[in-house]
Amino acid sequence: MFGFGLIKGLSVTMRHFIESFVYDRKPWEWFTVDRYDNKWLERHQAVDGKGIFTIQYPEQKRKVPERFRFLPMLVYEETPEEPRCTACGICARVCPPQCIYIERATDDRGRPKAQPSGFWIDAVICMSCGYCAEYCPFDAIKMNQEHETPTTDRDRDMFLDMDHLLVPIQYYAKLHPSDYEAEEAARRAKEEAKRRAAEKRAEKD
Amino acid sequence: MAIDLGAVEAQLSTAFPGAVVEREGDWLVLDRDRLPSIATYLRDEMGFDFLTHVSASDYADHLDVVYNVYSTRPELQGPGLSFKVRVPDRVDARVPTVTTIWKSANFQEREVWDMFGIHFDGHPDLRRILLWEGFEGHPLRKDWHEPYYEEDNKPFGSRWPYPENPRPRSAEQRVHWRANVQYPQGFDPEDWDLGADYPPLFAPKVEINGIDTEPVYLNVGPHHPSTHGVFRMVVGLQGETVTNLTPVVGHLHRNHEKIGERNLWNGNIPYTDRLDYISPMYNEFAYVVAVERMLGKEVPERAEYLRVIMGELARVVNHLLTIGFQFNELGAMMTPMIYAFTEREHVLDLFEEASGARMMHNYYRIGGVYGDVSDEWLARCRKVVSRLDRKIDEFETLLTDNEIFISRSRGVGAMSWQEMVNYGVTGPVLRSAGLSYDIRRVEPYSIYESFDFEVPTYETGDVYDRYRQRIAEARQSIKILKQALNRIPATGAIMDGKNAWNVKVPDGELYSRVEHPKGELGFYLVSDGGTNPYRYHVRSECLINLAALEAMSVGHLLADAIVILGSIDITLGEVDR
Amino acid sequence: MSDEITVPDELKGNVFITKLSELYGWGRKYSLWPMFFGLACCAIEFMAAAAARFDTGRWGMDLARASPRQADLIVISGTVTKKMVPKIVTLYNQMAEPKYVISMGACATGGGPFKEGYNVVSGIDQFLPVDVYVPGCPPTPEGLIAGYMAVHEKIQNERINDVPWYEKDPIPKAPVPLLGGPDLIDPRHMDEIRARVRAPQSAAVGGEPEKEDA
Repeated sequence: MFGFGLIKGLSVTMRHFIESFVYDRKPWEWFTVDRYDNKWLERHQAVDGKGIFTIQYPEQKRKVPERFRFLPMLVYEETPEEPRCTACGICARVCPPQCIYIERATDDRGRPKAQPSGFWIDAVICMSCGYCAEYCPFDAIKMNQEHETPTTDRDRDMFLDMDHLLVPIQYYAKLHPSDYEAEEAARRAKEEAKRRAAEKRAEKD
Repeated sequence: MAIDLGAVEAQLSTAFPGAVVEREGDWLVLDRDRLPSIATYLRDEMGFDFLTHVSASDYADHLDVVYNVYSTRPELQGPGLSFKVRVPDRVDARVPTVTTIWKSANFQEREVWDMFGIHFDGHPDLRRILLWEGFEGHPLRKDWHEPYYEEDNKPFGSRWPYPENPRPRSAEQRVHWRANVQYPQGFDPEDWDLGADYPPLFAPKVEINGIDTEPVYLNVGPHHPSTHGVFRMVVGLQGETVTNLTPVVGHLHRNHEKIGERNLWNGNIPYTDRLDYISPMYNEFAYVVAVERMLGKEVPERAEYLRVIMGELARVVNHLLTIGFQFNELGAMMTPMIYAFTEREHVLDLFEEASGARMMHNYYRIGGVYGDVSDEWLARCRKVVSRLDRKIDEFETLLTDNEIFISRSRGVGAMSWQEMVNYGVTGPVLRSAGLSYDIRRVEPYSIYESFDFEVPTYETGDVYDRYRQRIAEARQSIKILKQALNRIPATGAIMDGKNAWNVKVPDGELYSRVEHPKGELGFYLVSDGGTNPYRYHVRSECLINLAALEAMSVGHLLADAIVILGSIDITLGEVDR
Repeated sequence: MSDEITVPDELKGNVFITKLSELYGWGRKYSLWPMFFGLACCAIEFMAAAAARFDTGRWGMDLARASPRQADLIVISGTVTKKMVPKIVTLYNQMAEPKYVISMGACATGGGPFKEGYNVVSGIDQFLPVDVYVPGCPPTPEGLIAGYMAVHEKIQNERINDVPWYEKDPIPKAPVPLLGGPDLIDPRHMDEIRARVRAPQSAAVGGEPEKEDA
């Protein structure tokens, strides 16, 4: 029958329409549960979820996964004056669009120090590929997850210098907890091995 | 599995004594002057009816034009023949055209002319394709430099260390105009014309039924909601019927290849994401497969499974989105598209968790993948796959029997597969016309050989069949995904050896192709043994499929031409690169 | 009536205008119509932001207009190439005031990863007055919506008597760059190009900047 296919198709959209009321908001919950409650979010965003798929941004926010990356950041442990970065330059070399600029610090006598005196990332060029964090041998450069940062001044906010880039290690640990744990475990194991080797040497002597 | 090059060489040499000038690795160097007759022989006598790739490469003392031909005969499907012709004269470089033999060479030869300045004698319409008439020089020649030129190869020395400049200087600060422009010596700004990029707007009068009439020329795009981006077509109309159609591309030409030749081998992976931005995962797949073939690298089993899973998820999403866009163009404003985007979000959540980015994943690595996935991820992936399975059914209920859709799409844009092959059309569009040609089957890569799936085909190749073809292929992808998720090894390495940042690739050149959701995505790579590709070319299926657009649209209404364009499924990022 | 507020003479009447301005801004900010305009990869995220999950319809923006005449927000979503920029500027000039520009993603803001290419314009802000830049490559849909909200905030804070489009003089059009010669010609630099081309021995080509520029 001509028109049957159309009606069949419209039944799908009708089902979606009804589902968005029945599945999504049970009538007795309309007035008792807050519209922005995270309960809705979990239910909507689940793989087998039905109903309204919309996130009520900005009241509700999608939780980004741990590996999520946006722009790079530099990690420091104690003070911002002593970042983990040793200015080895691997990140600047591996960066596909070459948006990282590093300047190595010098000590009082003019000899180069394993520390950057300047570190710039041109966020206008950065393609958020994550190579700098992936290949950094000192776990010094990591990927930030702050991704809702519109700006009205490109020169001020999108040419990132050390003030923009440096973050404490606790911030990194919060963003990437399992990566942080793995790195710390590796570091502890390394130190343990070193200590043992030193002990052995001491025993021998 | 490779083609028996010796036999081909012997056969060619008997037919055309001295035709094979030289044998260079897996490539035959053919006689330039007799190319058209040799090409005709290759097509008619030896069965190589499918020219998929034409490109060129610039060496210091000569230029090479490379061709890759394949066969669609069932017994000859599989690896094809790679040959090239040598152009010793860099100033007046000339090669006879093969457009008359394989129409697929049309756009590709125009691109070679644009990028390398090699003149193809006898080409019907040799104009610049990606750039504009009047552009100075041919950018992919090694001696041509752009305004922001720094060095031949990355990494650039000025980034680290910083001997002379105390503060970074952006590219704008380095050049005089504070912008990405340069003017040649002696250029007169008073005396330049808009160039022949704009085709003539008025054609001569024709007589139809005793009435003098003029065709109307209509510009669709580059800003038009249904051109999938910045694509422009100049449509000649007689009434509402299309009489001719000229695609004008290049509005998103981002110099992918020039930048790619400068990048590290690794550094190209995130750039390939930006080629076909609907299915970035598969672009990376194509690139890493090509580089691994050059390296002869084996990939650990778990990594292979992860690659296939990501790739096939990308394929399902691509097909659903294509269907959504296509219905937008048919007038079913938004509903199928929003349903498709909903499914895309679920898949993107998976991609994001595995790779770290929603859209530009940068997940594949040369010799493996970036990160392992957890068991929870796999469990969720199984859920998503069964959801997609259901949703494909839902799409079918929603759309397949829709009478308006059927009457709009039946018989629209139909083309026989023989003609499509001549135009170099690949992918679902070709298969919907009845030829079972899937690179995952005819020239398997990765672990596709071990999966049980069919290559669906339809008969007429019209817009309706292309829609059904995409649905059928999405179902086959679901089938592959289910097998892959069942069989993926529980543990294992995901990287072959160390994940090095400066991979070195041995000397050589190769053309490697994979079955991208949109067609045959190929990479032509030349290495000089260093950390950067010497030549990096993307065989863009979108651009070459577009070549058939005119033949498909002529005789149909303008509104149908839009639908045909949508059903070819182009992404401008890849058309223009 | 000792607690009567004394309004200085020069402010009389303005209190009312301010309130009206707020109301006007509030009304305007929720009736932005973006242009259905995509350039490259970011356009997909622009569409994703308009689709089910992020649904910009919640801010009255679900109606993306294909015609610039009906749009008041243009999202430059992708790489701006030399071949495309004359068309973008023309589209912008065709939009009716008030109009706003969002530069979405790294490419539109400054060329992005393709900046070094020969066909890429280093930022749309050379030609259009950009209101909000959204960083990222590509920005997430949330990032884009945050950009929309930054535009909303800007509109809310605009005062009727400050905005340019109620003034008598017509607002000058953005200069449309010319393409067709060897390279993109910015009409604002025409005199300089002419001078440099005519001067003997000058580096009309890109070349190093002069000393005072450095």
